[in-house]
Amino acid sequence: MTKSSLIQAVATKMPHLSARDVEIVVNTIFDSMTDALGKGDRIEIRGFGSFSVRHRRARMGRNPKTGDSIAVPPKRVPFFTVGHELRERVNDGRLKYPIVKNRAEDDDDESETSASA
Amino acid sequence: MTKADLVEAVHTKVGFSKKESADIVEMVFDTMKDSLEHGQKIKISGFGNFEIRDKRSRVGRNPQTGEVIEISARRVLTFKPSQVLKAALNTGAAEAPSTTSNG
Repeated sequence: MTKSSLIQAVATKMPHLSARDVEIVVNTIFDSMTDALGKGDRIEIRGFGSFSVRHRRARMGRNPKTGDSIAVPPKRVPFFTVGHELRERVNDGRLKYPIVKNRAEDDDDESETSASA
Repeated sequence: MTKADLVEAVHTKVGFSKKESADIVEMVFDTMKDSLEHGQKIKISGFGNFEIRDKRSRVGRNPQTGEVIEISARRVLTFKPSQVLKAALNTGAAEAPSTTSNG
């Protein structure tokens, strides 16, 4: 499922809304979440999971090609913890549904950014 | 930030009523959960990918007692943040709040 198929699925389930309306809402949701994490806020979505910001110290890394030592600056990384309900639903799905491999609809992921612009 | 804050953002930025905003936000996460439950990953360009992986059973240890226990086979959800999201967390690194003091 891509962002556009998520939008389609929600629009189908809420027929009084246009796909365009749903698209704006979905974009607002992920933009707000990105902003919150950018400010260092934690996000908690009941039944889904939580996103937090973890800090990585500066470290010495290596260029794997040349073996050169390089300084890696400190950085912040987003971290997702799956909520109890979703963790159980995903795990319970193991015996019922095989993992869906790249479907045709998943392959247009790269073009999606330009398509929605 | 909680779901209520997302509802508020949809209400103020998009203009739907609070009730309608709450319904749509709920439906978005429900649809995502359904997809993941069915073993289908989700790719949100500009945010990240939610991926499903099957783990084989393995032998682990209770770190408290040292007791050997079998960890059963399971299916897990992992989140891979996109480059865009990673970058959003690291712009203006100097002025953004940080809990680490070592720098």
